[in-house]
Amino acid sequence: MGAGHAHKLYRHGHSPVHGLPPHTKLAAVFAFVVVVVSTPREAMWAFGLYAVLLGAVACVAHVPAGFLLRRLLIEVPFVAFAVLMPFVAEGERVDVLGLSLSVNGLWGAWNVLAKGTLGVAASVLLAATTELRELLLGLQRLRLPPLLVQIASFMIRYGDVVTDEMRRMRIARESRGFEARGVRHWGVLAKSAGALFIRSYERGERVHLAMLSRGYAGSMPVIDEVTASRAQWSYALALPCAALLVCLLGWTL
Amino acid sequence: MTASLEVSGLAFAYPDGHQALFGVDFSVARGERVALLGPNGAGKTTLVLHLNGILTGGAGTVKVAGLPVDKRNMAEVRRRVGIVFQDPDDQLFMPTVREDVAFGPAAAGLKGPDLEERVDRALERVGMAEFKERPPHHLSFGQRRRVAVATVLAMEPEILVLDEPSSNLDPASRRELADILRSLDVTVLMVTHDLPYALELCPRSLVLSDGVIAADGPTGELLSDEELMRAHRLELPFGFDPRSVPATPARP
Repeated sequence: MGAGHAHKLYRHGHSPVHGLPPHTKLAAVFAFVVVVVSTPREAMWAFGLYAVLLGAVACVAHVPAGFLLRRLLIEVPFVAFAVLMPFVAEGERVDVLGLSLSVNGLWGAWNVLAKGTLGVAASVLLAATTELRELLLGLQRLRLPPLLVQIASFMIRYGDVVTDEMRRMRIARESRGFEARGVRHWGVLAKSAGALFIRSYERGERVHLAMLSRGYAGSMPVIDEVTASRAQWSYALALPCAALLVCLLGWTL
Repeated sequence: MTASLEVSGLAFAYPDGHQALFGVDFSVARGERVALLGPNGAGKTTLVLHLNGILTGGAGTVKVAGLPVDKRNMAEVRRRVGIVFQDPDDQLFMPTVREDVAFGPAAAGLKGPDLEERVDRALERVGMAEFKERPPHHLSFGQRRRVAVATVLAMEPEILVLDEPSSNLDPASRRELADILRSLDVTVLMVTHDLPYALELCPRSLVLSDGVIAADGPTGELLSDEELMRAHRLELPFGFDPRSVPATPARP
């Protein structure tokens, strides 16, 4: 599998984390996020421990900190909302650097920020160690409705085809002297989008014909059966189990 | 010996009332390579979609290796008739070449090492074995067309139906595909308006025009019949003389 052809979120490697079956990793990340979310926000040290746990996973997976941090930037738009909370929330207020902030709001912002960041970091680690294709197989194995898996897999297959079609339409527009420069040109762009939709829809019909011709009868045949041994499951579940321990401590202390 | 394909009295009108086929009769013997020629709008694609029962409901019958195309036999018919569509991007819908080639046999219930072997063999026959794990959109157009042929070969069909196999290919890819098609020991029905390609590959041709078979005979003779060609809007490329090319030998 050529590394140059993989998705840019994926980081090619042969670490123990890369080698785990995809569905065990999916289950582990999901369980980890659930545990993190159910931790009381006042137990700040618990979130520190979670971060340490993720750091350990990244270390085992040979994912460098820089790679992880750069991809965490995706979170920024959501963080903007958290930053506003101390200013707008009701209740008791406290002065910080001359600003009057809501105590409730501060806790709320911390809650969103900490849990959000940990969730995104876990997902980034999953994406960095699992190829898209494998993720789909994992979801299939975890009994996600097959229709959803099929839709996702067609999205991956045809994303590039549709993008390319879009690029060709743009070149055709520009070759005839069109440049989108403002609201007045939105009509043209909207028509292009409509044309793209019709083309993709028709392609969908042709693909369906091709599938029928090769014996498709409503469900995708199973080509790769992914299985996991007990050892692999316990490896993968080490992360959420450790997190659960921290969470329970957070509730009792 | 039963013919690979037998079409008799096939007529079909689309739901909007447009009638595309008006009684088509022909048969293709096992091992033959036949070209189906016709201008745009002659009903070629409509005919092709009848061969594996995607379109049904008109008059007439289609039989594949003696098996009538109807609801009861649909799964078997679709396994026996391998259609290679014109745009490989429509044909190759799975994330990797391997999975795409495996799709047909897996749908028919094959799995494990048998499936893997079938995939390898099909890819080898079109010279694409080393591209097994690649996503289809990272291949060249000619390579995609070859993989499209492999997806169908993997089902070990009785008859291979190719819709405009030479369209959009550069001369080298065109020749490579011709070599591959010549090396296959399956019955081939090739729908095309690339007349030199038909002459190169198919000893026999059918002319479909206005929804009926207007001519059926050796490709060289049909292409040399100027009146026939003109009557059905079939034109040879500039400077091409079918009489200057030796006749395609029939398969031994």
